[in-house]
Amino acid sequence: MRILNLFKVAYRSLMRNKLRSFLTMLGIIIGVASVIAMLAIGEGSNENIKASVASLGTNSIYIYPGSNAMGGVSQGAGSHQTLRIEDVDAIATNCDLVNHVSPVDQKRIQAVYGSQNWNTLIVGVRNDYMLIRSLSIAQGSNFTTVDDRAAAKVCVVGVTVVLNLFGDENANPIGEFIRVNSIPMKIIGVLSKLGQNTFGQDQDDIIIAPFSTVQKRMMSSSMFVNSILASCADESQSVDAVDEITGLLREKHKIAASDDNDFTVRTSSEVSNIFGAISKVMTILLASIASISLLVGGIGIMNIMLVSVTERTREIGIRMAIGAKGRDVLIQFMIESIVISFVGGLIGVVLGIAVSEMVAKFGNWPVVITLSSVMLSFIFSAAVGLFFGWYPARKAAALNPIEALRYE
Amino acid sequence: MESTENLITVKDLTKTYSTGNVEVHALRAVSFIINKGDFVAIMGASGSGKSTFMNILGCLDSPSSGEYYMEGKDVLRRDKDELAELRNSKLGFVFQSFNLLPRTSAQENVELPLLYNNKVSSKTRSERALAALTSVGLASRANAMPNELSGGQQQRVAIARALVNEPLIIMADEPTGNLDSRTIYELMEIFQKLNDKGITVVMVTHEPDIAQFARTNILFKDGKIIANNPVVDRKVASEELIAIALLPELAATT
Repeated sequence: MRILNLFKVAYRSLMRNKLRSFLTMLGIIIGVASVIAMLAIGEGSNENIKASVASLGTNSIYIYPGSNAMGGVSQGAGSHQTLRIEDVDAIATNCDLVNHVSPVDQKRIQAVYGSQNWNTLIVGVRNDYMLIRSLSIAQGSNFTTVDDRAAAKVCVVGVTVVLNLFGDENANPIGEFIRVNSIPMKIIGVLSKLGQNTFGQDQDDIIIAPFSTVQKRMMSSSMFVNSILASCADESQSVDAVDEITGLLREKHKIAASDDNDFTVRTSSEVSNIFGAISKVMTILLASIASISLLVGGIGIMNIMLVSVTERTREIGIRMAIGAKGRDVLIQFMIESIVISFVGGLIGVVLGIAVSEMVAKFGNWPVVITLSSVMLSFIFSAAVGLFFGWYPARKAAALNPIEALRYE
Repeated sequence: MESTENLITVKDLTKTYSTGNVEVHALRAVSFIINKGDFVAIMGASGSGKSTFMNILGCLDSPSSGEYYMEGKDVLRRDKDELAELRNSKLGFVFQSFNLLPRTSAQENVELPLLYNNKVSSKTRSERALAALTSVGLASRANAMPNELSGGQQQRVAIARALVNEPLIIMADEPTGNLDSRTIYELMEIFQKLNDKGITVVMVTHEPDIAQFARTNILFKDGKIIANNPVVDRKVASEELIAIALLPELAATT
């Protein structure tokens, strides 16, 4: 009963200063809205990264030369070449859990067709690569193992390359010859369009050629392989497959039991975890910046409530003279600040969701609004009101009625 | 309405303020008894201690020493919250400067004491507020804001607020301070009517002719009561108002 009355009292005095109450609320509204929007954007990019890493194949296994062991002096991954084509063959024949494997050599090159030229990436692979990456051919055909063995000068190109060399994305380049580092290569297929990945990289800006063609005709050394891409039949087997590959390569590279690997094996889920961790850090960063504004909003509440206590000293005196206890005044002021932060929090939640949806719609950025982020920022805002409302409320409650009444 | 029942008894009340090295004796051993149903006018010059005495009687201030009994109960033993309850249920205040909440309607101002009273439901709250406003003749202005009311009307709202919790005593601190004589008579009429209904009124004033409306006059000087006299030839506000009505031009210019 009494608390209900105090709610009424607090409501009346908030309504008496509508503009001021709203402006105070604005700090909380903006704080909560930005926390929700930032978390939604962060969470959205996190999901997006996961999705695009998953599109590389969740059961892919990457093998890089060199070791990135953290102990001792690390040479850094890829700093010295240790993988050979024989390793690829050994994995293909000996590892039961691995269903596809392909060497990968890649290099930036200048491709020329007639008067047009284009700087792009050439990737030398075996045709298993297409299966691991789930790439498909839109026109023409893929090269064969025979082409690979013969180091045939054939290639499959992405649509960006077609656009830049032939002037039109839909041009038919099958059978045309392009010159790659002065080597004429016949286009036998065009990849289906993939678009950009999460990192803004154009996945269609690529030329895929048989591994031996690239290794023998374009790379400076034909002994080593840049990296190896493999896959296992099922994602659940990937950890075992990694062990299998590691054991095999250690044996082949004759590494003593006490020595570190001279190669690194990673599954795509590990890669996805790494990117996930990066994006999580970004999300936390964004959210902490946003919570600073929430904190500032809270200080705004305290500021206004303190001013309000001073300004309303006489009012507090009147209330006390007609029977308000210190506790009543305390609760009244607490309710005022909690109502400000609570209502501000609610409006902030709505605004935050709206802003996130706008970002998704007009900024073309994926957003994911989670219930937990909404709850978190809302509870935080209510706590801010409670925390920053306490001091001014105490100050009001401690006033002496006589002095408060005399206050001008 | 005369009654000899003691409502308030104070014994040897002293109040000393120390401002720096100087000690100010606002009250020096004041003893006094207020009977139930009395209408006491406290007079005295500024600084004579009458306001301090009033604040102590109103449980807004506490004395440095002395005793204070209300209805036979010791007031000074009570803690802050109990005093607040006492002010809420037994006392009604009327101030010189009205002290209404700004931007709050007359009715809401009158409801204010009831908001701090647990026993009153919201329905009876507005009923009682309206009844109190009716008793001071302001029922038609229930929704007016204080700044839309004249000084006399504001003071009547303040009286309604003091009445709404059905107090034993109304404490009025120079209630007629800056009002014209017609309004003063109207207010005095209200006070006298309330007093006739049995409510004890204690009023501070420094105008002797206003004190003539009371039943008892006490005079303060240097923190002491130097005179305590029943009013002889007591004025009746309703008669004064009729007198004014007969001489409208003369009375309006005070």
